[in-house]
Amino acid sequence: MIMNKIKLLLAAAALLVAQAVSSQQLVIQITKGVDNPIPIAIVPFEWTGFGVLPENITSVVTNDLHNSGEFAPIPEKNMLGTPHQEKDVYFKDWRFLGSDYLLIGKISKSADSALIQVQYELFDVVGQKRMVGEVISGTEKQLRDISHQISDVVYEKILHVRGAFATKILYITSQRLSPTVTHYQLNLADADGGRAQVLLDSKEPIMSPTWSPDASQIAYVSFESGRSQIYIQNLSTGAREQLTNFQNSSNSGPSWSPDGTKMAMVLSKDGNQDIFVMNLRSRKLDKITTSFAIDTEPSWMPGGKSLLYTSDQGGTFRPQIYQVSLETNWSERVTFDGTYNAKASMLPDGKNIVLIHRAEASDDHVSIMNLERGTISALTDTSLDESPTVAPNARMVMYSSKEGDHSVLNAVSINGRIKYKLPVKEGDVREPAWSPFLD
Amino acid sequence: MKNYGFMKLGMVAALSVMLVACKSADKPVEKAAPAATPPAAAAKPAAPAGGLSAAEIAKRDAALAKTKFYFEFDKSDLSQEDRDALVYHAAQLKANPNMHIRLEGHADERGTREYNLALGERRSKSVSSYLQVQGVAASQMENISYGEERPADPGKTEAAYSKNRRVEMIKK
Repeated sequence: MIMNKIKLLLAAAALLVAQAVSSQQLVIQITKGVDNPIPIAIVPFEWTGFGVLPENITSVVTNDLHNSGEFAPIPEKNMLGTPHQEKDVYFKDWRFLGSDYLLIGKISKSADSALIQVQYELFDVVGQKRMVGEVISGTEKQLRDISHQISDVVYEKILHVRGAFATKILYITSQRLSPTVTHYQLNLADADGGRAQVLLDSKEPIMSPTWSPDASQIAYVSFESGRSQIYIQNLSTGAREQLTNFQNSSNSGPSWSPDGTKMAMVLSKDGNQDIFVMNLRSRKLDKITTSFAIDTEPSWMPGGKSLLYTSDQGGTFRPQIYQVSLETNWSERVTFDGTYNAKASMLPDGKNIVLIHRAEASDDHVSIMNLERGTISALTDTSLDESPTVAPNARMVMYSSKEGDHSVLNAVSINGRIKYKLPVKEGDVREPAWSPFLD
Repeated sequence: MKNYGFMKLGMVAALSVMLVACKSADKPVEKAAPAATPPAAAAKPAAPAGGLSAAEIAKRDAALAKTKFYFEFDKSDLSQEDRDALVYHAAQLKANPNMHIRLEGHADERGTREYNLALGERRSKSVSSYLQVQGVAASQMENISYGEERPADPGKTEAAYSKNRRVEMIKK
């Protein structure tokens, strides 16, 4: 009981820092965009209220669209007018600038309300028609969310793919203060690196952050008890729970089932690392793999009936990807090319997996494997890639790699055409985990 | 070198006794306690009764001072030098059943983090398995892996990597 109380106190202490704003702000830098990005004019939104707004909606939307690599926003200084409503739009001005699309809007606040109204309209300049428009209300604190929502609508209307700007990422940062002291932090930020917050601060390693399918909870591995254990944390209440407590065992690799009722994990309590699935309600554990080799990095297939995992059962220190059925516990090898294939996850299309692939005498690269053809192609030319995580709209993969002496976050589009990086000012940043859609 | 060979033979003999004891009793280490004198002494009838020569003491102390064991890239095999040192650690642990050790396994940064966590554990277990074969009780040993999360040297060179692929023994 005393131990439990101490644990609770420690948990409370850890959560005290949960609201601290991270000093490790990430800033996106595009390294490669598409060859012919779509020109779009984003007119600075008009603010009719008093004072200065805490967020600049126009610049958040402009950065979102630019950083996607798919759009080329037109510089404001070239604009011939600054319309804020449809009746002031002259399409020929925007055609003259070479803009295919036009986004305008205005922001207002009535005296008797705490809410701000953001009205926006998107136009097809070539077709000379209004494509969409709406009013979104929110508090000052939600202005960034509203901006990302507008970016999502613009992206979807023009590219016919749902936008993923209004999503979040988890990631780990570490700073080595001395040979014996390193600071580890679990961070939460907007997908563009904005509004970074520290969720957990520790002198012991933190690993493997992951999201519940409804994005209300996260799981991760923390060494704070002196050994790797899996924890679950509720993002809105901050409530935290230690899910595993096996001693003389690694407790790692949490992965939520698509329906949110189970957690796949890696335990070595029986002697070597095997994949288990825990029913989160009953806490009953099912052992899924029983090889004498390393079985790790479980990841659910979309239907929830099987898992992909990494195992060196086919050759020690030569991990490959396997798929195991949860009905029969029967494993089949998925990858055959390359000396090292690991950390696989299935794309929503059910046909392609993203993984870390090492060809003979080559570096580790985020790669995509087509299951029907069995082909693996590298998406990156960065060094020591790891921890790929796919955006919920399956357009981008975020991952970490080494640059100089540090690890940085990178992103690459699923077709390899767009690349950007999110460096941190000091220390290392790694293990990104992209959230599901948040609605 | 000759003496060394004898010592090993002595160890094998002591080990056989231990293994027999294992089969016949629940707590093999306690039963075998009388045999837990340093191995070198048992193998060298010429040495003064119950004592060690200065050279033997120096050798034992050097072996016991070795608490970090290094590994080749993508390997979990112990070097001969490490095995030799572990024989002395085993003798000490058998002579002190209340002594416990924590074997912290580590990997270099190449490869994925979770596979490296498993790799560190595999290395930690190759040390504990070797000690167990030498007669140390499993209950005296704790395995833990930090994977690539706690590098000894944060550098990106092969020299740094070779310092990171290690097991650290911590006596408690």
